[in-house]
Amino acid sequence: MAKKKPQQPVDKLPLFLISFFIIIFCIGVFYDEPSRVLEQAWQICLSCIGIG
Amino acid sequence: MEFLRKWFQAGILILTNASWSFPFTRSLYQGPLKVLCSPGLNCYSCPAATTACPLGAIQQLLLSVRMTLANGQFYVGFYVIGSIGFLGAVFGRMVCGWACPFGFIQELLHKIPSPKFSVPRPLRFIKYGLLALTIFILPVVYINEFDMGLPWFCKFICPAGTLEAGLPMLFLQPDLQQIIGTLFWSKFTIMILFLAWSVVASRPFCRTTCPLGAWYGLFRKAKMVRLTLNESKCTKCLECHDVCPMGVKFNESPDDGECITCLKCMNEACRFGAIGLEIGGLPVQAGDIRTKKVPAK
Repeated sequence: MAKKKPQQPVDKLPLFLISFFIIIFCIGVFYDEPSRVLEQAWQICLSCIGIG
Repeated sequence: MEFLRKWFQAGILILTNASWSFPFTRSLYQGPLKVLCSPGLNCYSCPAATTACPLGAIQQLLLSVRMTLANGQFYVGFYVIGSIGFLGAVFGRMVCGWACPFGFIQELLHKIPSPKFSVPRPLRFIKYGLLALTIFILPVVYINEFDMGLPWFCKFICPAGTLEAGLPMLFLQPDLQQIIGTLFWSKFTIMILFLAWSVVASRPFCRTTCPLGAWYGLFRKAKMVRLTLNESKCTKCLECHDVCPMGVKFNESPDDGECITCLKCMNEACRFGAIGLEIGGLPVQAGDIRTKKVPAK
């Protein structure tokens, strides 16, 4: 009879962190943060790039 | 694998800077893709940028956080932190090694023939201080009479912003040349110093100054994709030290916050199968598979 390979333990901490950050991301989306990011990304912030 | 990584880096550089209409529009890309955060450091004021820089986006949200909260808008950076937190928990600093345009530029500069020097290890702590201070603390704490802060890292330090946005905008909009001053020249000097340093040392900006690298480095013990060391196979030949572009001594600290998972130590150095790759604790490439393919030097 073939021996069963011992099962590798799956890292739980990264899975927890991934779930946590997905929730954080969804909260941001819920509060309409992407539209604010988009609004900022469309503008040239001159002082941010060292001009002005 | 190194060949594949280079192509992947080039692909990300092109994808995150894929808007080539700027010579005609003389301005930024203003499409919907800019809602996405780029995984690596790529200034979103670059005329060709198609995505938002996560560091720039966080600072912009935080510098106006008092005003937006007062207006009942809950813009505190959850969307951006969620995006880069997710990437950090899956890949950690592998993002730096595979998907950062500014990291790629530094690697290309390092190929220029010249004497090569190491980067002193203690300098790596600077970037953690910059992450805390210039990204999260100062934009919220140091405010003007209108309750607005400053994007400290973008404004005073970021060499990627000067290279990818400041200089191109000066060429696209020559009128701007009239208003450049001390701030621009100080940032220009920082950029030149880092570019010159990149020629003689490997990825100096990533190792000493990049707050995004510091963020991803926080996930060094808690990321899905990681390199592992099989100590029983390690002969301490130290060849993994020689090939690492980040100065990591892999056999001494396999979970080092500087490791960008470029896989050079596994594929180009270790001949004893001591270094493997695993995803979520499950091995996808064990070192002993490789020793069968690559003859010993």
